[in-house]
Amino acid sequence: MKTIRTLAVTVLAITLSAFTFKTVDKGYSIGDIATDFSLENIDGKMVSLADFKDAKGFIVTFTCNTCPYAVAYEDRIEALNKKYAKKGYPVIAIMPNNTEVKPGDNLAAMKARAKAKGFTFPYLMDKGQEIYPQYGATKTPHIYILEKTKKGNVVKYIGAIDDNYKDPEAVKERYVEDAVDALLAGKEIKTTETRAIGCSIKV
Amino acid sequence: MKRIVLLVLLVVLACKEQVKTEIVPLTQIVDKEEKKAIDAYDISLEIYDYDGLEPLINKVDEKIHVVNFWATWCAPCVKELPYFEEINANYNDRVEVLLVSLDFPRNYDSKLKPFMKKHNLKSKVIAFDDIDQNRWIPAINKNWTGALPATIIYNQNKRQFYEQSFTKEELEIELKSFFK
Repeated sequence: MKTIRTLAVTVLAITLSAFTFKTVDKGYSIGDIATDFSLENIDGKMVSLADFKDAKGFIVTFTCNTCPYAVAYEDRIEALNKKYAKKGYPVIAIMPNNTEVKPGDNLAAMKARAKAKGFTFPYLMDKGQEIYPQYGATKTPHIYILEKTKKGNVVKYIGAIDDNYKDPEAVKERYVEDAVDALLAGKEIKTTETRAIGCSIKV
Repeated sequence: MKRIVLLVLLVVLACKEQVKTEIVPLTQIVDKEEKKAIDAYDISLEIYDYDGLEPLINKVDEKIHVVNFWATWCAPCVKELPYFEEINANYNDRVEVLLVSLDFPRNYDSKLKPFMKKHNLKSKVIAFDDIDQNRWIPAINKNWTGALPATIIYNQNKRQFYEQSFTKEELEIELKSFFK
């Protein structure tokens, strides 16, 4: 009897811990080395961070078509790429949602949106949804700024683009711009992590 | 006791397949008079910033409080909303549900209020509008990354935060862990 009870408790404990681990998977912290990937772009070509030989780093942006917060930031994401790609920090956008749950985020829809908005950055499909969990992205939009070093691409900033999703004119803190400017100037980043509301990534 | 809860959890997990997930209209039997009353006037909506919200999510009384952060544009939020309505109806004497909408202010009249009306929401709904997300998200819970939906369940002794969506059974189990 005792053995059975011990066994039952063990099985339950394992079940529970499996349950817990799944939700506690946190992804990267500041200072971690980010994984590279090979994901399909809207033009059908595969894109990896390693392809950008001249880049000093990356503004990796998990975003999508269907989230109102992501939509609110579309123009600002494009502006970031225009400003920083030539300085060595291109925007790499990744669409992490399950397109069976969100058909509005499928490759055809991504293409259409990128064309309509004139995106100049790669807009990649996280096919199989394998990349966003490694980063620890939970929502769209969710930004990871990486600095290219000899060790690999080091995570330098995680969070929001700025402090005002509602009104680009009323922004006080430009978190991403401040962070990239600091990296370009070889200075310390003042704010390395910020929080903002977003749409949970659809699994 | 704990073991029983665990067993229940296992049973529920095993039954997960059968959980119906479609959105059911929340409106049940509304008699004509009540319906007329709802149609008669526009739904009023209280709007809070974080300083206003804080006391509402930190009440000290005998009840179990369930605070759900949601928005009409958030599909998983809308899907789980009936479960919150159900616990509000079923445990009305000991549980208080507060639905905190993060809809954009420009959509209060065009989306949020019509949604409240259409689904005849019985739980208290408030609108939360505070631009300084980087202040209030960690203040609500240090681990919250900002994804919706999110839920707090608390009473005088215990406080739990969930950055996830619930099935009906998962919500019941979490709620019942507060019943003593």
